[in-house]
Amino acid sequence: MAVFEKPVEVLPEATVLFAGDSGDGMQLTGMQFARATALARNDLATLPDFPAEIRAPAGTTYGVSGYQLHFGSVPIRTPGDAVDMLVAMNPAALKVHLPRVRRGGTLLINVNAFDRRGLELARYETNPLEDGSLEGYQVIPIELTRLTRETLADSGLDKKEIDRCKNMFALGLVLWLYSRPLEPVEQWLAQKFASRPKIRDANLKVLHKGYHYGETHELFAVRYEVRPAHLEPGLYRAIRGVEALALGLIAASHQSGLPLFYGSYPITPASDLLHELSRHKNFGVMTFQAEDEIAAVGAALGASFGGALGVTATSGPGLSLKSETIGLAVMTELPLVVIDLQRGGPSTGLPTKTEQSDLLFALYGRHGEAPLPVLAASSPGDCFYAAYEACRIAVRYMTPVILLADGYLANGAEPWRVPDVASLPPFEVRFATEPNFHQNGEARFLPYRRDPETLARAWARPGTPGLEHRVGGLEKEDETGNVSYDPANHQRMVKLRAEKVARVAREIPPTEIFGDPEGDVLLIGWGSTRGAIEAAVEHLRDRGLRVGSIHLRYLNPLPPDLPEIFDRYHHLVVPELNNGQLVRVLRDAYLRPFVPLNKIQGLPFQAREIETFITELTQA
Amino acid sequence: MSDAKRPEENTPRGTRPVMPPGAKPAMPPKARPAMPPGAKPAMPPRARPAMPPGTSPTGDGKPRLTRKDFASDQDVRWCPGCGDYAILATVQRLLPDLGVPRENIVFISGIGCSSRFPYYMNTYGMHSIHGRAPAIATGLKASRPELDVWIITGDGDALSIGGNHLIHILRRNLNVQILLFNNQIYGLTKGQYSPTSEEGKVTKSSPYGSIDHPFNPVALALGADATFVARSMDRDTKHLQEMLRRAHDHRGAAFVEIYQNCNIFNDGAFFQFTERDTKPHRTLFLEHGKPLVFDEGRKGIRLDGLQPEVIDLTDDRWSVDDCLVYDETNRELAHLMARIFFHPELPQPFGVFYREKRPTYEDLLHHQIAEVTARKGKGDLQTLLRSGDTWVIEPEPAEVTP
Ligand SMILES: Cc1ncc(C[n+]2csc(CCOP(=O)(O)OP(=O)(O)O)c2C)c(N)n1
Ligand code: SF4
Ligand SMILES: [Mg+2]
Repeated sequence: MAVFEKPVEVLPEATVLFAGDSGDGMQLTGMQFARATALARNDLATLPDFPAEIRAPAGTTYGVSGYQLHFGSVPIRTPGDAVDMLVAMNPAALKVHLPRVRRGGTLLINVNAFDRRGLELARYETNPLEDGSLEGYQVIPIELTRLTRETLADSGLDKKEIDRCKNMFALGLVLWLYSRPLEPVEQWLAQKFASRPKIRDANLKVLHKGYHYGETHELFAVRYEVRPAHLEPGLYRAIRGVEALALGLIAASHQSGLPLFYGSYPITPASDLLHELSRHKNFGVMTFQAEDEIAAVGAALGASFGGALGVTATSGPGLSLKSETIGLAVMTELPLVVIDLQRGGPSTGLPTKTEQSDLLFALYGRHGEAPLPVLAASSPGDCFYAAYEACRIAVRYMTPVILLADGYLANGAEPWRVPDVASLPPFEVRFATEPNFHQNGEARFLPYRRDPETLARAWARPGTPGLEHRVGGLEKEDETGNVSYDPANHQRMVKLRAEKVARVAREIPPTEIFGDPEGDVLLIGWGSTRGAIEAAVEHLRDRGLRVGSIHLRYLNPLPPDLPEIFDRYHHLVVPELNNGQLVRVLRDAYLRPFVPLNKIQGLPFQAREIETFITELTQA
Repeated sequence: MSDAKRPEENTPRGTRPVMPPGAKPAMPPKARPAMPPGAKPAMPPRARPAMPPGTSPTGDGKPRLTRKDFASDQDVRWCPGCGDYAILATVQRLLPDLGVPRENIVFISGIGCSSRFPYYMNTYGMHSIHGRAPAIATGLKASRPELDVWIITGDGDALSIGGNHLIHILRRNLNVQILLFNNQIYGLTKGQYSPTSEEGKVTKSSPYGSIDHPFNPVALALGADATFVARSMDRDTKHLQEMLRRAHDHRGAAFVEIYQNCNIFNDGAFFQFTERDTKPHRTLFLEHGKPLVFDEGRKGIRLDGLQPEVIDLTDDRWSVDDCLVYDETNRELAHLMARIFFHPELPQPFGVFYREKRPTYEDLLHHQIAEVTARKGKGDLQTLLRSGDTWVIEPEPAEVTP
């Protein structure tokens, strides 16, 4: 086949969205494109968006699964506000995702799926390919189904197996369009289907077919190129939030010398962390799939009592179930890390959609006076450091810690500069081995004697002779840890536990400001919204506004340097993916007119949503 | 136990019905002698090695611990006369015998009168939250298999709020001892009916009689595939000690239901089995490899098909040879015995109903870790961080600034 070179247009950045039926393999397709993109050294961010049902009825709008990817030679902070190219495998995918495509954007459409039945299922009254409704977009109609079947006509596969390969056609074509090599996908296919050579070969064949289709077909006048980004030098890999969490926990276990015990009960999106950790048994990781979330956190706490690093993770409803045991961890003053991958709530809510609505629950969701440190991760790669830090704080202060992440962080991926193990913060553990109290020639162990600096109590592992002691949920007498109903003691202990948590603030590094260090607007964010907020700050500054942002890793205790930062701005805006939670905490702590900016749609912020809000606010 | 002032008792002492209201009528009597009991009993459980007095059974030459060494400095605060005292004393007397270093012993409990137990033991311990002791013990035992973990729980703690955890620890078979103090009442919350209270029971929360069907804890444990199931009582500390010792000897989750008198809210719940007048003919002590006889040898149990029936050994018709020989490794026999439950005509079985060998959870867990480690090599953190598709970004040439 004669190959003629087509002109290449260089783009600083692009956003591609693969969408189809949940059975069409769109997540895999998107992930493979992301991988090829990372290997091409672009900066990137991804947003998978899949239906709650495993296999929703084929062809319906609620069965649409999408994978959005924003990549560039410039810094990429979000999965992209507006889509440059939508790959729509069927009418439902077009219907659901067309609103995300920018005017003038490209629609790569599998026209074979636009038959009467397909249109009906997507509830299109007329065919959008024919009724003019796609005017203003660049439509590339492709007979994906037919071309795939043609390619595999003599493959020996049945029709269903053949149709399942059509995502590879789309992938091959998009790889060609963005001047990406095929090798990474080829390697992946070879590995994935190593034991099924027929399937492997069929996928490879269709992948190549798609690639050549771009090369040869006159529909495509140009192809694009996105050059490598200016990234900090070093070794990189693409990492998903759940992978980073798993690595962070393993690193904490490794650096502390504490064996990692991970108890969990499957729930979306936290299950992936269980899947991930259970693969790493050769790091001594103990994973325990419990009978429910209560048992999961209970077992983790039991392991902590035994001197392990007890960790549990969950989402939404699971956090509610863990509440009582977290309270027990507060009372017994044992280290425990609870990771909450937030999702849309309340109740079962939006299981596959992201939200930041568990902040108040993490801060206050226990009976009694039960403060604990709350941390949040701000990007998929940051999940590594956040998990490590959560473990470190839990052990250093002998306290449960809640680490907040969310579905978007867990599933999202970004290039990650691999850290040097030696550069990780020190993580030292000292178990009690000797009595810590001497009186009248008698040596005793007082389990609630505290470190004068951190106020952490002594941690004595069962098995240590002479330090036998009991802990439990009843109020503890100061120092001895005996059961006490003494009124003054209770007040003292409540204050002590609170003070211990407050002292974590002494370790919080100075807050970094992104953008202008003083000016019109300060955006105060936490969690997964970092990218959108910082992208908005950049754009607003380009337009002449003096805007800065800070992003909180520590939500309890709050960093001590916030008030002086607040002083330097005219407006204080708190963007959150909830109905206003951090904003309440800040108002309570600092008594200032913080302005909420809330999005509660199960989707991350788009930078332009924040920009519009700030523009209106400053003009008002 | 919650405070000093105790309300009136709910039921008169010693006048308890023999069977729970609503229990099934007795089986019809049959005359034909039964088949000889099927399975041949396995080896009797191993005897303890004899120990020279005054030395530790570990043989490490350390002075032998005594009961006192296991008592903590905390005042025991159960109501005077409570059956919990006898159980505590029995455990404290048994532990020095077991040869486990004191620092390796951990008691984990839930919430309830019974669950105060760990505070009174001079060992490691955790008084946790209601119903969750098995979950906490699972994490502890799984991560520290060398520890000797005892779970203390009540009928409400284990079978109401903690029912889920109980069945799961049994099926997973962690090597722990589970002591269920069954007083057929919620003691700590001052006397509501519990999941083991008999139908019709009048309590504060059931003034017109409970309409709840009770659990049979032994049958429940067998149903959950427990590998060791026994029943004993607070008033027979010799038997109780033997059951606890056997539970401890068993490698796997050992479930021991202990009938415990709550003299404040449910006095006499088990008197038919525990008091001298009625104990002989109302109880049946299961012994491995021995014929089932009771009432001081005057009566026996034989099988008529699948139905146990009482035979009179004092007349010429039946002899001990006609009695069912118990085999505690026979699951079917265990189920048959477990189903004799507050039966008006059949004696209530006590003893080891069942035991079997099955790998423990913690062994499997650590075996798997060792196996994967042997196959993949001990994990190296830096290698793990660098795994996957990686690429290197070289430093950019320094920008020329004018
Ligand atoms: C979550 C929770 N719900 C309820 C209680 C109140 N409560 C404490 S003990 C108990 C029942 C205890 O009964 P049981 O387990 O039979 O123990 P006993 O006191 O009879 O030994 C209840 C309902 C509690 N502590 N925690
Ligand atoms: S079980 Fe009954 S007798 Fe025992 S301490 Fe509790 S209330 Fe008192
Ligand atoms: Mg009870």
